[in-house]
Order: sequence, then structure tokens, then C-alpha cells
Amino acid sequence: MNRLKLVLVVCFCLFSLSAHSEKITVAAASDLKFAMDEIITAFKKAHTGDEVDVVFGSSGNFHTQIQQGAPYDLFFSADINFPRELVKGGFAASEVKPYAVGRIVLWSASLDATKMTLASLTAPNITRIAIANPKHAPYGKRAEEALRASGLWEKVQAKLVYGENIVQTAQFVQTGNAQVGIIALSLAGSPELAPKGGYWLIPDNLHKPLEQGFIITKHGENNSLAKHFADYMDSSPARIVMAKYGFVLPGEVSKK
Amino acid sequence: MALTDGDLQAIWLTVRLAGIVTVILLLVGTPIAWWLARTKAWWKGPVGAVVALPLVLPPSVLGFYLLLAMGPDGPVGHLTQTLGIGLLPFTFWGLVTASVFYSLPFMVQPLQTAFEAIGDRPLEVAATLRASPLDAFFTVAVPLALPGFLTASILTFAHTVGEFGVVLMIGGNLPGETRVASVQIYDHVEALEYAQAHQLAAMMLVFSFLVLLGLYAWRPNPKKG
Repeated sequence: MNRLKLVLVVCFCLFSLSAHSEKITVAAASDLKFAMDEIITAFKKAHTGDEVDVVFGSSGNFHTQIQQGAPYDLFFSADINFPRELVKGGFAASEVKPYAVGRIVLWSASLDATKMTLASLTAPNITRIAIANPKHAPYGKRAEEALRASGLWEKVQAKLVYGENIVQTAQFVQTGNAQVGIIALSLAGSPELAPKGGYWLIPDNLHKPLEQGFIITKHGENNSLAKHFADYMDSSPARIVMAKYGFVLPGEVSKK
Repeated sequence: MALTDGDLQAIWLTVRLAGIVTVILLLVGTPIAWWLARTKAWWKGPVGAVVALPLVLPPSVLGFYLLLAMGPDGPVGHLTQTLGIGLLPFTFWGLVTASVFYSLPFMVQPLQTAFEAIGDRPLEVAATLRASPLDAFFTVAVPLALPGFLTASILTFAHTVGEFGVVLMIGGNLPGETRVASVQIYDHVEALEYAQAHQLAAMMLVFSFLVLLGLYAWRPNPKKG
């Protein structure tokens, strides 16, 4: 019987703990896939007992879902214009905070992309080039701009295949279905993808900057954990992680 | 507001895809359904289960395995490269291949039911009249199962039109090649072009309703029959 009592006491303690803990759900652009996972792991260490869920997807999709009342507390967009529109529409509980500038790279799992440039894409042995869908994916828009600025768009257009988001684009390349892709530096340099192939950094004067911003949504307005998380993004541990994944941080100069 | 060229292209592509898949499945699905309806082999169960798998599997599972299988390192990819066809992902014929798997149960199951309903008797009678099994199949079974063929074809066509997840995973969203109507709607929504999304989505809704209405209104009442 004593053991049963002990179990009950432990259960009671756990329940009361969880009653005091808080929970947030973060909607994050898929270029943050690996960086955000690492940031959240570190954040959780400082906030034991609290729960942080993260959903990765396309920024445009999250933008639509938040307008329809999706229960996300924070929204990290790969295009700063989406959270700006949400602020205008009254769906945000904070200002838009820029958190990073993204970079695009040529990446391949079958060819040596470190020796390539955009001009290499016209080579006949390259039959499929994956980019994110320029219609709604910020990384796809920048890829198109870079190809147009180099005068290559018309030449390579017939070889292009479009990923639904930047992670799917990387996956087309990783599975070898496309020989090369234009993906986020944050993915190409991640521990998961870096061993599979090298990358070539596309000069950022070929495209508009990939300014990224986040907001606390109306849903997260009274959630103090959401505010802690927003502050944490400004802390040096979080900035170190972001820099490690190749993001240029607000107030810093990008490498060419 | 009229449909854009892109919308029309997507609709035509969808119709072409669904039509080709229906024809292929009529050819492939009929023998399978016939065998399933007539056989007493122990592996009828396993084969029936495999045919029904796409009914319960998430499209993501099918899409994932098809992407790997049809890729340069997959078995299907090896085969198509050896045959000189190239790789199937991001092509119209890749979608056709995927849809044949995806819509298989919608062809086989109504046909199997129709064949089973015929029973042994008419075929035995045909045999006493010296009809070969193939003769009996085309002159007795097929006419008797005609309503089943119609139901199966309509369901297969409609289900292929309604495909989305698999196409998104292996299609690469190429206009005129793999950007079918459901993906075109998704693109409109993602790009916040709600008015255009509404147009296409409403068309799909009306189309699907009319197909099902036709199917249920026309289907003979078994009690009267």
C-alpha cells in the first residue's frame, strides 16, 4: 500500500508541476528546420517543465492559417512581408522583429557544387534543377531573381522543377531526382545535409535580400512563455546557432 | 473573372491524366478483379489486401516510396533508365504511374463485386454451349458486369481528378506537365489569390458532386432488380 501512496504522491507532484508550466507552438519557415530545432532544445534546457512545439511549413501557408485563427503563438517567416501584413490586419501581438537574412546556394548531392557557378547550370548533363516555387516560396523568388539577373532564366527554365517549400526542394536534390538545386544556406550547411554534398554561395547582389521576420501572434498575446522565447532569439546562444547555420543576423554585414 | 490560361491548362492536364489512368486501369484492373472474383487460391487474401492498400495508406507514404523507387537509385528508376525512358519523377508519365497505383482499388473493387454477383451458373451454361473461357468472358461476363465497369471507370476517373498529395510529392509542379487542377488550386491559395482559387475549387466541387449524383441516381436499386 505504501508503494501505491508513493505513486499517487509522485503523480500529484507531476500534475501540479504541469499545471504551472506553459506551452507555446511555434510556426517556422522550413529553412529554419535544423536551426530552430537546436534553438528550441537550448531554450527548453533553461525552461524545464515548459512545452515548446514547432511546426515547419511554407511561410505563405502559415500566413493564411494565422488569419483563419490557427493556434500558433509565434510565427517565423522566411519573408518579412508576411508578418508585416499580419500586423496590419491586427493578427499580431507584437511588432515585426527581423531575425535574420537568408542566403541561397547551389547544392548538389551527385556533382561537386563547390566548383560550380550559376552558369554551370546550362551544362547538358544537368537535366533537372530544383528550386522552390517562386510563386509563393520566398527562397524560390530569390532563386528566380538570381537566375534572371545572370541572364540564365530563359536558358534553364525547361530544366526547372518546383518544390513546395525549401526543404522539399532540397529533398528533390538529395534523392538524386534533380542533379542540382538552389536551396537555403541554412539547409546546405546543416549537419544533416552537409555530408551529402558541397555548395556554392550565390552572390547576394544577384537577388533582393531574404529578409526574415517574426511576430508574436494574437493567439500568443497573453502567453509569457511566448515573450520569453521572443527575447531568447536576441540572446547570444540563439544568435550563435543562427550564425552557425549561415544566417546573417540583424546588424551584421553579410559575407560575399 | 475568367479562368486564366494556367487554369485551363491545369484542367486539361487533369482530364488527360484521369482519362489515361482510367483506360490503363481498365486493362490492368479487369484481369485482377476477375481473378479475385473467381479464385479459391489461398493468396487471394494477400493480393486483395495489397490492391486495397491505397484506400488506407496516406498519400505521403505512397509519394515517398514512389519518389525513392522512381529515382536514379531506385528499382523503377534503374528499369526506366535501362529502357532509355529516363526518370519518371517530374513527368506526366510519372504521374500516370503513380495514379495507377493510387486509383487501383477504385477500379478493382467494383469490378470484383460485379463479377462475383454473376456467379458460376451463366459461365457454366456458356461452357456447355462450347464457349471457350475467353469467349464466355467477353460474351457473358462483360455484358452482365457492364454496370460494374461503368461504376469502376467513373470512380477511377473521379478519384484520379481528386489526387493531390502524391502529385505534390513527385510532380515538381511543372505547368502543362504535372501541375494538375488540385495543385493549381493549392498554388493560388498559397499565393493568396483567393478569387482564382475559388473559381477552380468551385468547379471541382460541382464536378465531384455531379459525378457522385449521377452514380447514385443511376445505380439500380438491388431490391427492385
